[in-house]
Amino acid sequence: MNYIIGAFKAPCDVFITFADERSRKQVAIKKDNGKTLMVPAFQSLETIAGEVSVAPVPGKRVEHQGVKIELLGQIELYHERGHFYDFTSLVRELEVAGEIYERKTYPFEFSTVEMPYESYNGTNVRLRYILKVTIGRPYATSVVECRDFCVRNYTPLPSINNSIKMEVGIEDCLHIEFEYSKSKYHLKDVIVGKIYFLLVRIKIKNMELEIRRRESTGSGPGTYIETETLAKFELMDGAPVRGESIPVRLFLTPYELTPTYRNINNKFNVKYYLNLVLVDEEDRRYFKQQEITMYRLQETPQSS
Amino acid sequence: MLPDGGADDEERWLAEGIAGVQQNAFYMHRALDSNNLKDALKYSAQMLSELRTSRLSPHKYYDLYMRAFDEMRKLEMFFREETRRGSCSVVDLYELVQHAGNVLPRLYLLCTVGSVYIKSKEAPAKDVLKDLVEMCRGIQHPLRGLFLRSYLSQISRDKLPDIGSEYEGDADSINVAVEFVLQNFIEMNKLWVRMQHQGPVREKEKRGKERNELRDLVGKNLHVLSQIEGVDLDMYKETVLPRILEQVVNCKDELAQFYLMDCIIQVFPDEYHLQTLETLLSAFPQLQPNVDIKTVLSQLMDRLSSYAAASPEVLPEFLQVEAFAKFSNAIGKVIEAQVDMPVVGAVTLYVSLLTFTLRVHPDRLDYVDQVLGACVKKLSGNAKLEDSRATKQIVALLSAPLEKYSNIVTALELSNYPRVMDYLDNSTTKVMALVIIQSIMKNTTCISTSDKIEALFDLIKGLIKDMDGAQNDELDDEDFKEEQNSVARLIHMLHNDDHEEMLKILCTVQKHILQGGPKRLPFTVPSLVFSALKLVRRLQGQDGDVIGEEVPATPKKIFQILHQTIEALSCVPSPELALRLYLQCAEAANDCDLEPVAYEFFTQAFILYEEEIADSKAQITAIHLIIGTLQRMNIFGVENRDTLTHKTTGYSAKLLKKPDQCRAVYACSHLFWTDDQDGIMDGERVLLCLKRALRIANAAQQMANVTRGSSGSVALFIEILNKYLYFFEKGIPEITNTVIQDLIELIRTEKQSENTVADPSTEAFFASTLRYIEFQKQKGGSIGEKYEQIKTT
Repeated sequence: MNYIIGAFKAPCDVFITFADERSRKQVAIKKDNGKTLMVPAFQSLETIAGEVSVAPVPGKRVEHQGVKIELLGQIELYHERGHFYDFTSLVRELEVAGEIYERKTYPFEFSTVEMPYESYNGTNVRLRYILKVTIGRPYATSVVECRDFCVRNYTPLPSINNSIKMEVGIEDCLHIEFEYSKSKYHLKDVIVGKIYFLLVRIKIKNMELEIRRRESTGSGPGTYIETETLAKFELMDGAPVRGESIPVRLFLTPYELTPTYRNINNKFNVKYYLNLVLVDEEDRRYFKQQEITMYRLQETPQSS
Repeated sequence: MLPDGGADDEERWLAEGIAGVQQNAFYMHRALDSNNLKDALKYSAQMLSELRTSRLSPHKYYDLYMRAFDEMRKLEMFFREETRRGSCSVVDLYELVQHAGNVLPRLYLLCTVGSVYIKSKEAPAKDVLKDLVEMCRGIQHPLRGLFLRSYLSQISRDKLPDIGSEYEGDADSINVAVEFVLQNFIEMNKLWVRMQHQGPVREKEKRGKERNELRDLVGKNLHVLSQIEGVDLDMYKETVLPRILEQVVNCKDELAQFYLMDCIIQVFPDEYHLQTLETLLSAFPQLQPNVDIKTVLSQLMDRLSSYAAASPEVLPEFLQVEAFAKFSNAIGKVIEAQVDMPVVGAVTLYVSLLTFTLRVHPDRLDYVDQVLGACVKKLSGNAKLEDSRATKQIVALLSAPLEKYSNIVTALELSNYPRVMDYLDNSTTKVMALVIIQSIMKNTTCISTSDKIEALFDLIKGLIKDMDGAQNDELDDEDFKEEQNSVARLIHMLHNDDHEEMLKILCTVQKHILQGGPKRLPFTVPSLVFSALKLVRRLQGQDGDVIGEEVPATPKKIFQILHQTIEALSCVPSPELALRLYLQCAEAANDCDLEPVAYEFFTQAFILYEEEIADSKAQITAIHLIIGTLQRMNIFGVENRDTLTHKTTGYSAKLLKKPDQCRAVYACSHLFWTDDQDGIMDGERVLLCLKRALRIANAAQQMANVTRGSSGSVALFIEILNKYLYFFEKGIPEITNTVIQDLIELIRTEKQSENTVADPSTEAFFASTLRYIEFQKQKGGSIGEKYEQIKTT
């Protein structure tokens, strides 16, 4: 079969390399087939530059109608299979129509590209950035080569970061007050807090803190909401008595969190919640959910 | 719900748990060997997850815990190496272990890394400790929480930032160390107490037992506290003790309160207790009503008194802090607070207090009295004690001062002593009285004033007289004798060199023993009589002084007392004894030259003989006694003497049996011949007596012949012969060798008469009598000459 494939095989190999590929930070993204792939990470307003090299199969020439490179930001909703919304699209012509006989390299540069949204790979939605090289050919399908890259945008420390404090309960049954020191957390943050038991008349077995992600896609009647529990963290074992206070310290590092995304291109939202769950001896669950805002904090140089 | 599985199921669960631990430990070791931190953490967390079980009893859980504990030691070593190598900083490790999703494994790991963290000194020990003890609040399950905190306590024990420790930080760190242990202690105690209230009611007792097994986990914290160098007296006073006590009082759990109070007393130094006595004692009345305070408080007092005994130089401190007053106060309050405390509890407390004061303040008799007074006050509501344990304690309470002072005189000064005794039942009162007497005997205490004797007799009145409502029937005869003999011995211990005082003593004793009733008098009166006679002889010894009329202690007076006393005895009736005593008195009176008194005594003796002594054997004994005594009397005038001797011989001749008559009569012969200078020497009457005896012997012989067909023994004749010989030697003119010769012949004839039954002992008696005569002959001299004419063959 090799020769048949050979017949349809692209007449040339296309490589896209980034100028600072060696030094740039790489992050892992999940591909469609479930494998992870290391890709370079950028942030908004960075210049994306590099080279595209086209190497024809030896002994062949490539006739083309022009070589171009595009930088695309796409949102893909799984419910609308195959349909991409490009929210960013930049093009650079690399070559006018002609022929390529031997390996040829084209530098490219997109300077200060605005990439407002972060790459995201969710349950029902994917947001990705790609560099796409297209070699148009007459009487034949174009040769297309894509290269993913990842965008991560950093947010400065929020100027206001109130604690979350709330008293909840079931009358004459359970009364607790909980307090999380902040309402906004960066991805490597620690959730610190305390749970006070003001009244306990039920036999509690344990208490957990969950981190839940709520992803909503689409709008109007076609809205899909997916909630996922990313972390289950046991805070307490056994039944407390009135007056006990239980410390909370949850490191966020081990969990695959993203910043909170609000209304990304009118297509989707990703929100995070802390869910405090008390389980009694009959496995009934009492819970209270609080939204927290996640953000990505520029890592200080010393810790990188 | 799980069925109530019983021991089998539990064994199985334990086995499963152990298997789980072992399996995960195996993988953990593999990870450790290959330096795979991530796997090591994963498997150690899984291993520790076995400790999340709720199905094991504390005992079994401990088993499982120990297995996991051993593994954790290895993990700790690995962590230490890991951080030393630099492959993972301890700070990162400290965070990393907190990623574990389950709280129990997470906290075990955190404590383990915490220990490494402190050791690395990358952070001040105090910060790490603070964090650890706070995080451990995540375990609210009593059993698991207790073990986790015990683990924390274990791994941190050698890492406290104590003074002089390598982890010592700034000035504050010692406070943190103490605070750390205190907090851990408080939390553990809360968990421990909570255990009691969780689970079904029917298993309450079982839970109590299980909790008891766990108590040392809690108590260990106090031990750790006591080991901290930095806990000096000030800190103990200001922080440690108040905090502990607050927890103990507030937990409102009897088991915990009892154990922890005991713990406090045991683990902290005596010196601290002494200086914080007030604080410590103030906690006791606040404890739950069922707590066995007496044991704990007694412990404390025991400890402090041993402390005082071991190092006398601290005694001033005891005085300074008014230890006694504080204890006394506290006991009062405890008794007030614990309304339901049985009497035995209260008394036990007083016993302890008494022991304390005896050991610490042996010189303060007033303290002792105070204790007894307090005890009386407590008992005052009740009638006599029924509870045997309480009685025992009271006996202990009363014996303690006796043992301590080994001198009853001291105890007699305690005004409350007899009042306490009043609460004892009759038999115990007696026991106590015996104890007192034995104490006196043992220490040969001499009690020398009548006041004290009054008090003493008040104490031992159980022995002296019948108690109200007492039933004597159950009393063992032997015991009774023993008791009364003790009293009799006691009487001899009462002595004063001053005659007047001695007289008073005698009066007092007499007053008391006369209440004794018929059963006691025979035991006690002789003692008194002889004690009195002893005084008489002493007075006699210093005759000159006694003459003055003013002196109350005259023999006369004493004889009056004696007279009364013996009279009481004769009414009992115990006539034989009374008679003997009269005779004794008569003899004493004789020595004092008090003729009328002696005469009176004799009269009394004769009256007794006549009226009370009916038994013939008793009569024989009595008559011989009378004869013996009378023979020695030398003060009687002729008239009196005649009356008495006449009476005596009369009595002798009226004895029932002839041989007895005979013997009494020949004994009477002595009444007429005394060896004294101015004594009576009436040979005629001697002879008269002897002849009469012979007559009686003859009559006896004939009577025997008539009644039995054989004559009685000739022993009587031989006895009379011996009397003859005696007087012969004395040189009584009326007794001549012919008379003796006749008698010997008579005996020979009697012996050979057909009816006489040969009796070897009489034979021997006669033979030796004859041998004596021969012997005297051979001796020569004046006696030999006298005997010369007597023929023995």
